Amino acid sequence: MADLPEPAVAREWLQTMTLIRRFEERAGEMYARAKVGGFLHLSIGEEATIVGSARALRDSDYLISTYRSHGHALVRGTPPENVMAELFGRVDGCSGGRGGSMHMFDIARRFMGGYGIVGGNLPIAAGLALACDYRGTDDVTLCVFGDGASNQGTFGETLNLAALWKLPVVFMVTNNQFGMGTALSRHSAVTDLQRKGESLGVPGMRCDGMDVADTHRVVCEAIRRVREQRCPLLVEAVTYRFRGHSMADPEQYRSKEEVAQWRQRDPIPAFGERLVAEGAIDEDVRAQIDAQAVARVDAAVEFADASPFPPAESLYDDVYVLDPGSTGSYSVRTTDPQANAEDESPRSPHDGDASEIPQQMSEALAHGEDAA
Amino acid sequence: MAQLRYREALNAALREELRRDERVLLIGEDIGVFGGAFKVTEGLLDEFGEKRVRDTPISENTIVGVGVGAAMAGLRPVVELMTINFALLAFDQIVNHAAHVHYMFGGQARVPLVVRMPQGAGHQLGPTHSHCFEALFLHVPGLLVAAPATAADAKGLLKTAIRDENPVIFIEHESLYGVRGDVPDDDDLLVHFGRARVAREGSDVTVIGVSRMALTAERAAATLADEHDVHAEVIDPRTLRPLDLDTILASVRKTNRCVIVEEGWPHGGVAANLAALISEQAFDDLDAPVRRVSGADVPMPYSKPLEDIAYPHEPQIVSAVLDTLGIDPAARAGARAGASASSSGADGGAG
Repeated sequence: MADLPEPAVAREWLQTMTLIRRFEERAGEMYARAKVGGFLHLSIGEEATIVGSARALRDSDYLISTYRSHGHALVRGTPPENVMAELFGRVDGCSGGRGGSMHMFDIARRFMGGYGIVGGNLPIAAGLALACDYRGTDDVTLCVFGDGASNQGTFGETLNLAALWKLPVVFMVTNNQFGMGTALSRHSAVTDLQRKGESLGVPGMRCDGMDVADTHRVVCEAIRRVREQRCPLLVEAVTYRFRGHSMADPEQYRSKEEVAQWRQRDPIPAFGERLVAEGAIDEDVRAQIDAQAVARVDAAVEFADASPFPPAESLYDDVYVLDPGSTGSYSVRTTDPQANAEDESPRSPHDGDASEIPQQMSEALAHGEDAA
Repeated sequence: MAQLRYREALNAALREELRRDERVLLIGEDIGVFGGAFKVTEGLLDEFGEKRVRDTPISENTIVGVGVGAAMAGLRPVVELMTINFALLAFDQIVNHAAHVHYMFGGQARVPLVVRMPQGAGHQLGPTHSHCFEALFLHVPGLLVAAPATAADAKGLLKTAIRDENPVIFIEHESLYGVRGDVPDDDDLLVHFGRARVAREGSDVTVIGVSRMALTAERAAATLADEHDVHAEVIDPRTLRPLDLDTILASVRKTNRCVIVEEGWPHGGVAANLAALISEQAFDDLDAPVRRVSGADVPMPYSKPLEDIAYPHEPQIVSAVLDTLGIDPAARAGARAGASASSSGADGGAG
């Protein structure tokens, strides 16, 4: 078992994991109340992989993630208010309401995005790392993706290119045992994922993704090597997602017993208990951390709900970067911003697909709340 | 003024921009040691080194994605794809990422990326190396699309593309690489996006030619003047996004007739799009329906006689123009173009 860091550091890890957990539980509730539209992919159960890895980065390093990225924004310091506002599709969302759950972004904190295409972020990570090298900095890029993405063409292409060009990328495969509803052994011929980069010149390491300290220890070592040696590494974080792939997931591909077994290793209670047992915090502080997270999430919901929807006039903003000298027609504007302005309020995100989402949602909700 | 081949003009643009801006780098298959499949990047590795002229593995989607990431982090990558059909392998990075990053992240990130690629038939490369896909890229909001027909425009537009803050799909034409043209010497001479080139003035009909078809249209216009006393105004849009619709509409309002020539497929094509825009905005000025001359609605065949009739040539344009003017070519003295007599049919075929 990896050693605990300084008590203040360990406490911050617990705080951040708890914040992510409480945030996503509330996000799920808000989804059920139709405050959140589209898909909602929760990382509940995987918090140790998020905090343990991201806390191994310097502020100037890049982090790039997937469509399961609320936690990656939060761990980099994006205020929960702006992450929740993004889920609500509001103007104060961290992507201005343009991206939603799958497309969080915070360039100031070098969180270079959640991406909705499985494996789509790998080449971009290599490009970020190339820019660091090109400029002569020793910054690195941590690229997070799931076990399912390890079967995409971009996995092979990007690992090969990164090894060939000696790019400073830590590729972290968050092995949560399923590519959507297909179990690892049913989607990957090689299930020892840390070895999946070997033929491409990228050595692998593995960490216990249910243990934030172990994840941190292994990713720190990977980042140290990548930073010094300027070559990529693959880290497999073995974890489990307690919730469905998205809210629309009846979870017929796994047994309740299997989920219950993994829940016994829930990374947040496990780490909290360890901190108490080793004297880093007491039970009062542990309870306080949870209460603070709940309060912060309450504030985030309040903030998001008060934030306005983006105005109709903004529909065509930021399709292009325009300067005063730009000439010619960039966009064919077939939409009259005023046409919908007479509607009293924007439609609920779930209007129009009532036959689909609520049924699936109720399945997901039947699994109940996750307790930290 | 120098006489340069189209490929030399592109090479000069790359060289000048590499010298001008440290952030510019080239990424692509066989662009360095090999000198480029069409020799556009010849000599650049020697001058700028492997840091800035980077040979890649054959991994189109990833090399475009590397360009996206590098651009998001502040560099100005120019990615070369060996032929436009290979861009289909990179469509995820081009459409889902390059085109959408600025919008979907609320304007926080920019993607000043250029993706260069040659298109076009005529070299018997068959159905996987010969197509014209301007329309595929034109379809996507977030992308800019440039398609130069002359050496001067190749240079001036590429320099503008590299300096632009948006992702630019830069479509070259394989058959034009060896064609010479006058190119101004001024290193800072840009051809701005969104400004069409009026290649020839005329009053009887507006002929819009895209990419190589701008040149074919110019030749057809000369024939029309010489042999039919028909004076066509030939417009080369140069960039399809942004589009200089003002110049096109002004011309149509003057001539009241329009023929659009492209090498790509007719369904959902560039000409279909332009015809819709013209019909929507200048319907009352039209004395005849907008005519299209396009590539045949087939995968590009290998066999030379079939390939030849699968993309437009001068006689089809002459024929379409005479047709839109209601002129029977046979009734005209010396109407040699009438020998083709193959009115480009309403099914949009080239022959």
